[in-house]
Amino acid sequence: MDECLDKIIDNYLENEGNVLTILQDIEKHYGYISEDAVYRIASELDIHPSHFFGIASFYSQFHLKPRGKNIITICRGTPCHIKGSEKILGRVRMELDLLGDEDTSDDQLFTLEEVNCVGACGISPVVAINSRVQGEMDISKMMQEINKLRATD
Amino acid sequence: MDDKKAVVKVCAGTGSVSAGGGEVLRAFENLSRSSGIKTGFNNRCMTQKVGCRGFCSRDVLVDVILKGEKTTYEGIKPDMVPRIFEEHIIHGRPIREWMAGDEHKRFHSGQTKVVLSHCGEIDPEELDAYAAAGGYGSARKAYTLMNPEEIIEEIKRSNLRGRGGAGFPAGHKWEFARKTRSDKKYVVCNGNESDPGAFADRCIMEGDPHSIIEGMMICARAIGADKGYIYVRDSYALAVQRLRRALKQCYEQGLLGKNIFGSGQDLDIRLYPAPGAFISGEATALLKVIEGKRAMPVPRMHRTAEKGLWNRPTIVNNAETLANVPGIMSRGAEWFAGLGTETSGGTKVFSMTGKVNNTGLVEIPLGTTLREVIYDIGGGISNGRNFKAVQLGGPTGGCIPESFLDHQIDYESLALAGTIMGSGGMVVFDQHTCMVDTSKFFLEITQAESCGKCTPCRIGIRRMYEILDRITKGKGRLWDIELLEELGAHIRTTSLCGFGMTAPNPVLSTIRHFRDEYAVHIKDKKCPAMVCKDLLSFSCIPENCTGCGMCKMVCPADAVRGIRKKPHKIDQQLCIKCGSCFDACKFGAIHIQ
Repeated sequence: MDECLDKIIDNYLENEGNVLTILQDIEKHYGYISEDAVYRIASELDIHPSHFFGIASFYSQFHLKPRGKNIITICRGTPCHIKGSEKILGRVRMELDLLGDEDTSDDQLFTLEEVNCVGACGISPVVAINSRVQGEMDISKMMQEINKLRATD
Repeated sequence: MDDKKAVVKVCAGTGSVSAGGGEVLRAFENLSRSSGIKTGFNNRCMTQKVGCRGFCSRDVLVDVILKGEKTTYEGIKPDMVPRIFEEHIIHGRPIREWMAGDEHKRFHSGQTKVVLSHCGEIDPEELDAYAAAGGYGSARKAYTLMNPEEIIEEIKRSNLRGRGGAGFPAGHKWEFARKTRSDKKYVVCNGNESDPGAFADRCIMEGDPHSIIEGMMICARAIGADKGYIYVRDSYALAVQRLRRALKQCYEQGLLGKNIFGSGQDLDIRLYPAPGAFISGEATALLKVIEGKRAMPVPRMHRTAEKGLWNRPTIVNNAETLANVPGIMSRGAEWFAGLGTETSGGTKVFSMTGKVNNTGLVEIPLGTTLREVIYDIGGGISNGRNFKAVQLGGPTGGCIPESFLDHQIDYESLALAGTIMGSGGMVVFDQHTCMVDTSKFFLEITQAESCGKCTPCRIGIRRMYEILDRITKGKGRLWDIELLEELGAHIRTTSLCGFGMTAPNPVLSTIRHFRDEYAVHIKDKKCPAMVCKDLLSFSCIPENCTGCGMCKMVCPADAVRGIRKKPHKIDQQLCIKCGSCFDACKFGAIHIQ
């Protein structure tokens, strides 16, 4: 773990001292912004940890909690909205038993996210499953995909 | 091109990849490589991936060019490849039933491709392919034959205006940066494109990344910059990958780095994958991100062209603007200016989506009317329904009703109609779209994406959203429309940056053009478009119901009761009004009111 943090710090120094690159590296390595990693890097570089969290909480790319094994990203862009993305979203939340502002299922198998647009509006509604963009989605296709992922676990 | 050679071009944009474009390409490659194919065709059949041609709804699109004649196939799956290979490429007989039909011709014939001219024609991952199409000729000319003033003069005469939304003349912006003295200057390509429903920049970055780099090189020459950043949204994975590759190739070939074209000028361009925030498309916010801070706009006491990144002169241009530059330099400012209107030259790429027959990227000369775009190129409204409105400019743009369809598209006319050009999102609505719900949807985005710095935007938009929310839930108050108008006008005049100033647009424009629809929601507690869930109820028409059980199967709330082959019933207490039963019923037995 220390070796990895060293690498992140090296990359930071190469990139004109940009805190964002540290956060991007942490996210890439741990899958989320690990509090522990932030504190260690912060003390190493003598930057206050709040500076990191201030930036991390601003951008949608950073996640402050660990995420599930499979990431389902539902596009909530305008074309997807008028072609029924909200229905798909509601149904998936129900299927994964997500209440309130929860986004990760209890078994840690799925994390459900929304994105403003993936730019594939010609084939809306769009859902990205583990970064693989799939167009012309509907509820039954979505349920099949979820069941497939459950079966491979 | 050798006329005996067969060339197969497979679309490799995000839309195509999701439809299986990668497999189709591999199937062609494997077939042309495998020795089993007669006549040793592997020497003469070239397969190639090309950028998106903008007609993603018909993917995977494949061009077969045989003896100089191009045939386009649409909706190709990997298992269809062997037949195309056998019949068309080997025996020279095109397969009629798979060929792209009239809609395809109609979609493309009304367009004028300038920025997108390479997309769908050349391999975006090969510098050689771009160079063979004349690429980097304009940059060479700019660095070896022209002085910076001449370049700026050329761009000014071309009437090129910023394609990111505000439409500021690019040549003037460059001139400001040129005239400001500084030890360091920057050129930044804005590829944030966070407007949901706009994907023109994505297609250019994926389909023709070198044109953006060349545009930046010319800009750097004109203003005297030696450092550039390409700012791309991280969710555009393929664009990030292709741009990274293109930059690497440029360094390998010596097009970037030290002493470009022997001019003595250096240029270093870095890719900056953005961490994702709508607001970072705003120029001053974008610069904050590159500096490693929160994307918060700052009051514009100075132009960014004079005081931008780390307080140095910085040109921030949209990806589409920069991609236009090489063409202007090679074909001349007069040609470009001649394409558009008196006040804005060239073409604009629109991302036409929504309830229209042909969805996709449409490049048209400025000055074309909306009707031509939607009905001639777009093929009219899908499912034979009626046009209701078109939304331009993304979530901070406005909706335009039918009476404005014959207005021409340029910066001034759109402003008169109450909307903006924005980054070219064009979403078409039919009568089944509720304008109140749509406005609420846009404000849901803008209130979440407000950076939080200034009060009118942070709190004002949130309040507008809450008012719209209660209207769609049947709890609207009689004075709500006036309240929205008043609040919107205040937010417009008192917000700090362009985001807040335009965020009330969707509400104000829909109130202006569809006031009655708001009134019906408030007074009659009805949604005429049958969209607002809380104002609807679902029931089963016993005469039409065959008792097939489809509705029961899809209902996520177990609200459908009934036994097979007998009419079913919907339990109103349990129904969550998701509409799944309505979509699933083949007999028209679900009634919404």
